[in-house]
Amino acid sequence: MISNLLAKSYARTVVAALVALVFAIVVTSIVLSVSGFNPPSTFQAMFSFGKQPDSVVNTVNRAAAYYLSALAVAIGFRMNLFNIGVDGQYRLAAMVAAAAGGAWALPAGLHQLVIILVAAVVGGAWAALAAILKVTRGVSEVISTIMLNFIGTGVIAFLLSPDRLAVKVAGSNNIGTKPIASSGRVPGISYPGSDLKIYGLVLLAVLAGLGFWFMVNRTRFGFDLRATGLSQSAAVASGVDTKRMVIIAMALSGAVAGLVGMPQLLGGSYSYSLDFPTGIGFTGIGIALLGRNNPVGIAFASLLWAFLDQSSQILEFNDIPKEIVAITQAAVLLSVVVVYEIVNRVGRRMDQRRVAAQLGEVAA
Amino acid sequence: MRRAVKMTAVVASAVLALSAAGCGGKKASTGGGGGSESQKSLKVGLAYDVGGRGDKSFNDAAYAGLQKVQSDLKLDVKDIEAKEGESDNDKIQRLQLLAQSGYNPVIAVGFVYATALGKVAPKFPNTKFAIIDDNSIQQANVADLLFAEQEGSYLVGAAAAKKSKTGSIGFIGGVETPLIKKFEAGYVAGAKKINPNVKVQIKYISQPPDFGGFKDPAKGKTIAQGMYDGGADVIYAAAGLSGSGSLQAATSTKKWFIGVDSDQYQSASADEKPYVLTSMLKRVDTAVFNFVKDVGDNKFQKGDQRFSLKNDGIDYSKSNPSALGDLSATLDDLKQQIVSGKITPPEK
Repeated sequence: MISNLLAKSYARTVVAALVALVFAIVVTSIVLSVSGFNPPSTFQAMFSFGKQPDSVVNTVNRAAAYYLSALAVAIGFRMNLFNIGVDGQYRLAAMVAAAAGGAWALPAGLHQLVIILVAAVVGGAWAALAAILKVTRGVSEVISTIMLNFIGTGVIAFLLSPDRLAVKVAGSNNIGTKPIASSGRVPGISYPGSDLKIYGLVLLAVLAGLGFWFMVNRTRFGFDLRATGLSQSAAVASGVDTKRMVIIAMALSGAVAGLVGMPQLLGGSYSYSLDFPTGIGFTGIGIALLGRNNPVGIAFASLLWAFLDQSSQILEFNDIPKEIVAITQAAVLLSVVVVYEIVNRVGRRMDQRRVAAQLGEVAA
Repeated sequence: MRRAVKMTAVVASAVLALSAAGCGGKKASTGGGGGSESQKSLKVGLAYDVGGRGDKSFNDAAYAGLQKVQSDLKLDVKDIEAKEGESDNDKIQRLQLLAQSGYNPVIAVGFVYATALGKVAPKFPNTKFAIIDDNSIQQANVADLLFAEQEGSYLVGAAAAKKSKTGSIGFIGGVETPLIKKFEAGYVAGAKKINPNVKVQIKYISQPPDFGGFKDPAKGKTIAQGMYDGGADVIYAAAGLSGSGSLQAATSTKKWFIGVDSDQYQSASADEKPYVLTSMLKRVDTAVFNFVKDVGDNKFQKGDQRFSLKNDGIDYSKSNPSALGDLSATLDDLKQQIVSGKITPPEK
């Protein structure tokens, strides 16, 4: 009976996602036609570009960062906490971790581990600030985390100066932290047909996903987390210390956010400089919603998102505005929530009817 | 669930709004008309940084050069923009895409392309590359186009100090990077040369890694308004697209504005024009055009190519003579002294 229901809720999610995707494709096609472009050939160009080896590598690398970011958001969501500050958390964490990794000489193995730990701790601590404000002063975490993004940017700007943690790159207008020595780097994974490497720490994203699943579904903490998310008063009544839960969940969310920059930092750029990617934290919010806060769903969502971002590059090459892809992404996002809500309601009604019918049989 | 729906709506509308903003001021580029197939021996590729075309400043200057390439040299051109939040790998792929598709030469606009170019250039030894504002990449097929922004900024700094009645002037930087610091240093030094007691208000719109300061006209306006209210009567905005907001503030308060990179008198609207005192010209357009021309004439030069007052790669604009008045005599004199090496404007 339970497995039956479970299978059903998964089926609902999949159906909702597929309907949303189809809807998004229809919307995009309409926009394309109205703008005077041919939808099938556009999709074909995107697809054939997206499956080139270089594109696959970039898509996977992008998806890894999106995945970690969305996972961070999802931890909060599971408890009805809205961590909108993933962006600031991962950037600050990456910056401090890069500086630490560049400054310390450690044996290989330990070096990477220390850098990753520093990133997780910094990200967690930054997010915990918002949690502490929430439990002690009742500040909404939506406000405080988004504000902390700006403060984080300011802190990075302050630290990323030649007088403090940064070094100037010779002959360049760029500045960055001291590059991490080879003992602290993570080798990439080759992909046939491409000179680019898949970041070794893509595996970190996989591990984080497994850890998330285990924590939420197989630990007492995860149970408390879900319980608090579903009904805070019920959780309190059953003895859950919600204040403690808020702080731990937020810190955990921040710690995962801290990992967002790691695949690229240790696998590609080795230094936090002015051109380190920004904005992944906000992308993560959308992906967490799309993936329904479920580690498997988020994996598909981040791959889809990364694929769309990646293949959009060819559009400009064909004189099609690449913003078309943003429309596709927005349409997917908007429709998946609406469609899921509809599918869910229909499903619930069917359940009710079935249960009512069964009860009727028993009574009869 | 409710909350999720609400947040989705917010996120989705934000994404849409961003993309709509991105669409503004853009049109698809087309191949150069005219010229027969044989003349189209070169296909020119150009890659922008985030922000791209439509900033009426740095990127548009590069675009102006590209347009000139298209119309004067009758070559095929293609320009592509970067995506927010991308990594070096994306830039590598973008440059590779251009090189693979037969675009030669390929121009990378902005220092953010340095790392990517360093990896792509060796793979395409027959393609000529140029990078603007960076000389960390020294390879046989890469030209590094550099500008002495401090020299032009020095001149407009002198103009500002000379024009100011209050003895107070302003500097608005887009993003506090070493590059924009160069503009500030030259500006302040030029102003102090004319009036050692001049008060310079200095503000940066954003701090890296937030590069939004180059494309935030609203903030450019607010900050300029604050400076004008605080007594400044001339403001130099080295802030990309944000400068257009500063110009609006200048127009509404009837104070002076100094543009940057492109001649902003040309792009200003009719009611704004009278308030554009001058612009510091960073001739990215000339650099782009000459580079392509040199490649076409088989005169490609690798390594550093410096653009300064000396070779007209840097200048100040005289397109608003009624505002400039007799200032140009002073400025031309200073310019001469810089060219001859008597004055060396500081870089920081």
